[in-house]
Amino acid sequence: MDNMKNTHSNKETPASLSADEAGAGVVAVKVDDLTVAYNYKPVLWDIDLEIPEGVLMAIVGPNGAGKSTLIKAILGILKPIAGSVTIFGKPYHKQRSHVAYVPQKGSVDWDFPTVALDVVMMGTYGSLGWIKRPGAKEKKAALEALEKVGMLPFKNRQISQLSGGQQQRIFLARALVQDASIYFMDEPFQGVDATTEIAIINILKELRKAGKTVVVVHHDLQTVPEYFDWVTFLNVKKIATGPVKDIFNDDNLTKTYGINYKVSVQK
Amino acid sequence: MNLQDYFSLVFTDYTLRTITLGTAILGAVTGMLGSFAVLRKQSLLGDAISHAALPGIALAFLITGAKDTNTLLLGALVSGLIGTFWIRGIVTKTHLKSDTALGLILSLFFGFGMLLLTFIQKQPNANQAGLDKYLFGQAATLVESDVWLMAIITSICLIVMLLFWKEFKLLLFDADYTKTLGFNTKFIDVLITTFIVLAIVLGLQTVGVVLMSAMLLAPAAAARQWTNSLGKMVFLAAIFGAFSGVFGTAISASQDNLSTGPVIVIVASVFVVFSFIFSPGRGLLFRQIRFIKNRRDLELQKTLAFMYHIAETHEDISHPHTIKILNNFQGFTRKTLQKLVDKNYVTLDGAMWSLTEEGFETAANLYNQNFKKHE
Repeated sequence: MDNMKNTHSNKETPASLSADEAGAGVVAVKVDDLTVAYNYKPVLWDIDLEIPEGVLMAIVGPNGAGKSTLIKAILGILKPIAGSVTIFGKPYHKQRSHVAYVPQKGSVDWDFPTVALDVVMMGTYGSLGWIKRPGAKEKKAALEALEKVGMLPFKNRQISQLSGGQQQRIFLARALVQDASIYFMDEPFQGVDATTEIAIINILKELRKAGKTVVVVHHDLQTVPEYFDWVTFLNVKKIATGPVKDIFNDDNLTKTYGINYKVSVQK
Repeated sequence: MNLQDYFSLVFTDYTLRTITLGTAILGAVTGMLGSFAVLRKQSLLGDAISHAALPGIALAFLITGAKDTNTLLLGALVSGLIGTFWIRGIVTKTHLKSDTALGLILSLFFGFGMLLLTFIQKQPNANQAGLDKYLFGQAATLVESDVWLMAIITSICLIVMLLFWKEFKLLLFDADYTKTLGFNTKFIDVLITTFIVLAIVLGLQTVGVVLMSAMLLAPAAAARQWTNSLGKMVFLAAIFGAFSGVFGTAISASQDNLSTGPVIVIVASVFVVFSFIFSPGRGLLFRQIRFIKNRRDLELQKTLAFMYHIAETHEDISHPHTIKILNNFQGFTRKTLQKLVDKNYVTLDGAMWSLTEEGFETAANLYNQNFKKHE
């Protein structure tokens, strides 16, 4: 993968790449020597990572492996001790409009006084910039996103009165409104029922089909081959990254999780 | 003076009008900003800030020798801000949690402030008396220029809030996400915090160091009970705060020796208690009523479901069964049965019951109900 070209791409990305083609194409996210520590304990150690454009990638690893931290450091929420991140060849702060983020559902207080539509509208705030208020155009975009995740009937529902799965869909809709090229999602399947999980993964696959890059912190190893075409094994250090069919094997799982792991990889 | 006298005098009497206006404006601005503090889970920040302001008042007096409100409040503002940013510093730079940092700064600054106050009192200076009024506040000392200052700062605060409404809401709900969208969260945070400090400092003269945080929290906590919209909550909190100020002043003015600050705080607390009990969505009363109603409905559904399972085994759904079988498995059921009859789900014939067509279908759909709700 060393010969990957680090070129810039604008918002119109080449549509519909398969995993293999994508692997040979443009690098969407490039992480160099990234090290993050909380106090004195390193959480991420010297991470080098290239995420090709158009892949649907899972980041897997045990608890405390630094999966969420990796995403947060890429997005500039956390300050790394060392290392750099580029999005389509440029630093992140110049490329914000290309990137959308779905935080962990538990990271916010759902008793906040607001309704579903309002939360989804927040996805438009970034492109609006300071002070400017969202208007009819932003509302229309938010309603479309709600429709996409099947939450349109709940648009005026107080967010605390939504189920966990519905709240997750609202977060997903908020990211969809951003109309980005790269989506980072922190455990979007956590605490959702089977119906919601299928609904969400279908949306993610649609995004990939439209040429978007989707990076997901994922916990359920059983579903990795079924859902994703690219995978990164992480446990403070990067263990491996590549196409699921090449590297999703017992060897890497054992290296990452430290115990003798046996997962029957469905082909 | 009784309450009636107060309300007839409030528009004509200079002192009463000044105090009433002052406390109303103060209540409005603290209610408004208090909503932000409450939603950021920084309820105790107000307490820390107001206590941290005390040494500023004492130092301002020691340095300038002046005792006019503006000089002293400027000192309060400076030491309030220092306290606030120390709290932030402690939280971000050490392992300490924010409640520890708040408690630490609160007691440190308040202790230092009290030390300075006693020092000032021992000085041979006729001018020294009256600084301790900032401990519990003294609304009677409000003059027109104080009210103007409050009005101007409240207006600025209102304008800034309307300008940055979107950014404030975003930061309050999801700070990390705000960062990824490219907003400078530190700037928004400092803006909100500075205004909270300003509002608290404004209130020190009226309500005092010790009770000031209640002005920030009570209206906001009451307002949260009545609405699920941030805009309405901020608006309601301002209204509750203003009314607390007016009623508090009215009560204290009509009962000669009651000091205004504590009365205002008690009125604000009455708003809170009333809201906790009587608000339709989140209030205790309606929640209890809904709970009882749900339990009754469940009882009914349970019996109906039981009947359904019995009736299901027969070709003819209206096949009669003895009431005894119900009593055996469902406990005493005469009341429940009567309700089912009223709803036309069941017919009674002596000691026998049988399901109606309607009752059978309702029972059959009981289990599907949840599915339907989801779609």
